Amino acid sequence: MTGYLIRRVIQTIIVTIIVTIITFVLLHLVPGGEVRAVLGIRASKAEIAADSRLWGFDQPLYVQYWKWLWQLMHGNFGFDIKYSAPVSTLLWNAFPRTLVLAFIGTAVGLLIGVPLGILQAVRRYTAVDHVITGIGFIGYGSPTFFVGLMLVNWFAVDLHIFPAFAPQSTSIIGILSDPVALILPVATYAFVAFALWSRFMRSSVLDNIVQDYVRTARAKGASEKRVLWGHIFRNSLITIVTLLGLQLPVIIGGSIFIEVVFNYPGMGLLFFNSALNTDIQMMLAITVLTTILTILGNLLADIGYAMLDPRVRYS
Amino acid sequence: MAMTPHPEIAADFGSSGTLLAPPDVAGGPQAGEKPRSMFKRGWEVFAENRLALVGLGFVIFVLLFSFVGPMIYKTQQVSVTLADAYCTPSAQHLLGCDNLGYDVVGRLMQGGQSSLEVGLAAAFISCLFGSIYGAVSGFAGGLVDAFMMRIVDAVLSIPFIFVLIILAVLFHPSRLAFIGFIAATYWPQPARLVRGETLSLRTREYVAAVKVAGGRSSRAVLRHIMPNAIGTIIVQATFAVADAIIILSSLGFLGFGVQLPQTDWGSMLSQGLSFLTLGYWWLIYPAGIIIILTVVAFNFIGDALRDAFETRLQRR
Repeated sequence: MTGYLIRRVIQTIIVTIIVTIITFVLLHLVPGGEVRAVLGIRASKAEIAADSRLWGFDQPLYVQYWKWLWQLMHGNFGFDIKYSAPVSTLLWNAFPRTLVLAFIGTAVGLLIGVPLGILQAVRRYTAVDHVITGIGFIGYGSPTFFVGLMLVNWFAVDLHIFPAFAPQSTSIIGILSDPVALILPVATYAFVAFALWSRFMRSSVLDNIVQDYVRTARAKGASEKRVLWGHIFRNSLITIVTLLGLQLPVIIGGSIFIEVVFNYPGMGLLFFNSALNTDIQMMLAITVLTTILTILGNLLADIGYAMLDPRVRYS
Repeated sequence: MAMTPHPEIAADFGSSGTLLAPPDVAGGPQAGEKPRSMFKRGWEVFAENRLALVGLGFVIFVLLFSFVGPMIYKTQQVSVTLADAYCTPSAQHLLGCDNLGYDVVGRLMQGGQSSLEVGLAAAFISCLFGSIYGAVSGFAGGLVDAFMMRIVDAVLSIPFIFVLIILAVLFHPSRLAFIGFIAATYWPQPARLVRGETLSLRTREYVAAVKVAGGRSSRAVLRHIMPNAIGTIIVQATFAVADAIIILSSLGFLGFGVQLPQTDWGSMLSQGLSFLTLGYWWLIYPAGIIIILTVVAFNFIGDALRDAFETRLQRR
């Protein structure tokens, strides 16, 4: 177990370093350099040279990278001129909001998708299976923003059942105390996600049905119910947890569409507004932060997993 | 990853093991029948899947509609005709006009060209690069493999939509650049899959035999591993087309899509959606529905291809 843990932590560190290098390269892709981006296209050569010296952009790239990384490790993402606040303050305000909505949305998607996937696998190739697959494909094929705006159009504009905006409160408690306003954003998350989970679950259960341990369980006289829930379901869940970890960047990235459609003041909306202002620094800070948190989340999930399932440690 | 019963165990149970196989598996080889090629057997499984045929038919239709359509249904797609703005569907404009007076059917064709070109090309490039990367990594093994896979992990853990938006903001990309950018964020997926496939293939007897017979490793990769992984690659490529179309349309929604006077389905849809409350349905539903149907069609094909390449479902 210790060996596995050490290997996994080293891997995580290497991946994080590669991510920071990729991000640093993106920062330096700004046409004309970041000084030009700040000073604008009319800045003279002398001004640019002076500013480059001031901010250290005239130093070799590896020195700049190291300084940037050093600041990053201390949670310093720089000062945002457009919002006139430290980037880290803005991020730490927005991030929990995104997390809350993404968590609720994903949880609802899983709670709908996983049971449906099991139902489909058990009743494979019947009408039930085909109907769920059909609806799932529509969810899977629809761009998130389209689903969101259609739900707004039907349930908020036409029927006036739910508000068109997500909760606007700045505190988590404020957001959670307005559950009616959460329904449409969560429904959007869930509709796009359930298709994915029911598909994964269906094929995972079908893969497990043919395994030896299922035959053994049947052979020793376990009831169908026990075989399905005690054996197949639990082993299929392992696949789902792995996929959930891999899906994290997609879920976080997808939050931008839901937050833009429902004007939810989370990180996705912050990212979108920064994109409109060409605020590269903020965009990169959000990208680095979400990526590192994703990597850490995956590390924790893997460790939890290795404790539960000894096979993982030896593979 | 699908687990096929080990061939030796299956052989022990005679007729491909009723105990092990899912109920829809066909019986073993028929006596006196000539063995058919993998692709022919695959096509038979594929053709049995009606959804897949519908999907294939729709993809062919959309390709013809977008690329041949403009030669038959001629519309003006370069300059703005404000006199026609928001015109309702009529014999002259089958699906009406948009806010700039462009004919919507003609616009769908134009947008289809962007969406399909970007989708197909990004899928092809990312899967080609990803497959080679994955095969090399898996075959090399050891430290090389470990390092190459950490790069894959790193790229996979960055929310790709963020990177694409950053690139779009920085470069205002053309169609060609979009292909490159989407491929640059998508390649780790095929790389991972092909690497996994390579790991299991490289221990097989026939690959080991190449080494024993004195063959080079490039021969083992190109002649033995890649052809056996081709099923995985093609299936992944099909899904990649669908994903790339969605990604491009999502960028279009945020306003970072293909620039005017060109368009793509996502940009059309997002523009139409700003007239949601005015009842201009022809600016919303045609674009929305064509995106969904195309993505679903590619997914149907991908699913059927996976079944077709899954040898345990083939009749031998």
